[in-house]
Amino acid sequence: MKILVCITNVPDTTARISFTDNDTKLNKNGVQFIIGPYDDYALARGVELKEQYSGSLTVLHIGEADAEPQIRKALAIGADDAIRVNAEPQDSYFAAAQIAHIASQGTYDLILMGRESIDYNSGVVHGLVGEMLGIPSYSPVMKLDIDGNNATITREIDGGKEVLKAPLPLVLGCQEPIAEWKIPNMRGIMTARTKPLNVVEPVSVDDMTAPQTYKLPAPKGACRMIPASEAETLIKLLQTEAKVL
Amino acid sequence: MSVLIYVELDNGSIKKTSLEAVAYGAKVAEKTGGQAVVLALGKAENTALEIAGQYGAAKVLHAAAAELEHENSLAYANALVQAATQEGSKIIILSKSGLGDAMAARAAAKLKAGIVSGVTALPETDGGFKVTRSIFTGKAFATTEIRSDIKVLVVRKNAIELDEAGLTGGNAAVEAFQPTLRDSDFTASVVSVEKADSELSLTEAEIIVSGGRGMKGPEHWQPLIDLAKALGAATGCSKPVSDLDWRPHHEHIGQTGIKVAPSLYIACGISGAIQHLAGVNGSKCIVVINKDPEAPFFKAADYGIVGDVFEILPKLTEAAKSLK
Ligand SMILES: Cc1cc2nc3c(=O)[nH]c(=O)nc-3n(C[C@H](O)[C@H](O)[C@H](O)COP(=O)(O)OP(=O)(O)OC[C@H]3O[C@@H](n4cnc5c(N)ncnc54)[C@H](O)[C@@H]3O)c2cc1C
Repeated sequence: MKILVCITNVPDTTARISFTDNDTKLNKNGVQFIIGPYDDYALARGVELKEQYSGSLTVLHIGEADAEPQIRKALAIGADDAIRVNAEPQDSYFAAAQIAHIASQGTYDLILMGRESIDYNSGVVHGLVGEMLGIPSYSPVMKLDIDGNNATITREIDGGKEVLKAPLPLVLGCQEPIAEWKIPNMRGIMTARTKPLNVVEPVSVDDMTAPQTYKLPAPKGACRMIPASEAETLIKLLQTEAKVL
Repeated sequence: MSVLIYVELDNGSIKKTSLEAVAYGAKVAEKTGGQAVVLALGKAENTALEIAGQYGAAKVLHAAAAELEHENSLAYANALVQAATQEGSKIIILSKSGLGDAMAARAAAKLKAGIVSGVTALPETDGGFKVTRSIFTGKAFATTEIRSDIKVLVVRKNAIELDEAGLTGGNAAVEAFQPTLRDSDFTASVVSVEKADSELSLTEAEIIVSGGRGMKGPEHWQPLIDLAKALGAATGCSKPVSDLDWRPHHEHIGQTGIKVAPSLYIACGISGAIQHLAGVNGSKCIVVINKDPEAPFFKAADYGIVGDVFEILPKLTEAAKSLK
């Protein structure tokens, strides 16, 4: 069982977001970075499967060197080695093309990642990678078990879930409750220091998009408070003032 | 040149978010000079599909092959690519959902198209094709210029106001469409499908009544459900509530759950942690009921009531019932 887990390096969920350089760059000042929460689920399940089947797990990140603490954390959690593609992806297509390139050089049974990154929330990289490699992709996966050459997958669908049985190899976008997030232990942290982290240069990809510009939403107006004793008047206000009923 | 819009069906009817996508696509077609063509996959009556015309579609391609009856993002993406090729479509539009993203991604890779998901407004087309989308789970927006010849957009709910679209069109002609299906898209077998009996899905709902840990336990949910019923709303919850199994996982709203964008979101006993707000900040109007006046959710709310949910919910339900 050879597993590739792709991780993003993203601002912590509680981070205040602001931009610099004329709204063309994220202001990283004072922002704590973490492994994308969905990627963290993918990694946790990947590590469990690797241990269960005595397989191997490579963690892959497309991005700059400042992600290395997060990559080391993934190694401490249980990845055997890591690859960093040294480029800041401009869009999903670029990131997917890099992942597909790395994946095509190994014979991975499973390519796991989060259902979406929490910075750009696109949720399209697994589908792009799947098509680029010519193999099926499924998301969001809430449960994953392997039996020989087949995976049994529970996927969330609109208002419910679906269970699929599909032959490997597969690209999967993961979410809870596929596994519990893992916290590295001391031994993991020590061994992670000596595990290989290979830095490779990106393959060239046609630009699909131009560099983007950012903006913050308009500030929210004040909240109108209604006394609890007159709670029922809220319904009228929603109808006549807010016009949402 | 045409704009191709994929519409999702629910029991043979076009979903509301998909009708929004049609109206959006028709506006884009108007701006870029072309017609809006709709693709529908799976069983549906012509009468249920031709209404896409009222939202601006010129025609509807309908593939009703039995193999396409069950949702299959791989086969669907392949059909979408074939429809785009047949129609010479340079812009492809889908509505944001797990299926929409999956199809859009596979189609974009196949067509070597730039893809932007989470689009919140109509594109700017003077000097390049620029779209704005929601990023950082609603904390910011990014504007991206797509440079590829073919462009794939996945649009969020409320990216266009349906009344702003002015539903002037008549019915659209429905044409049979027969994509070539590939075995490689059908290697997975479906073991089971489980759908909640609640008719209203959270992503489609116009009104959502949502409960947090302040609801105290699953046995206390009835007052919330009563208000939801009276308003014709769907029910949602915070993450700890689904983690504790008080409510099913598919009701979990927030950063790590479903992102919703209803007209009205009523939060009952939810503190308003940033990860929860991330899932609801696309809502037009937010009402917060919390006994703690310092609850952070009030800062994100349009209307607030400080008080005990169990006293307030029945009052609201009564008032909602007398609306009709
Ligand atoms: C990486 C990460 C991702 C996360 N993702 C999500 C997510 O997707 N969605 C999500 O919801 N959370 C998420 N969380 C958890 C989030 O941080 C909060 O812990 C959670 O939203 C709190 O849920 P709550 O408001 O229901 O509970 P609490 O924070 O316990 O709040 C309960 C509220 O109920 C009020 N209350 C109590 N009794 C009453 C009463 N009788 N009447 C009125 N009000 C009452 C209290 O004043 C309080 O404000 C995430 C956390 C992390 C770290």
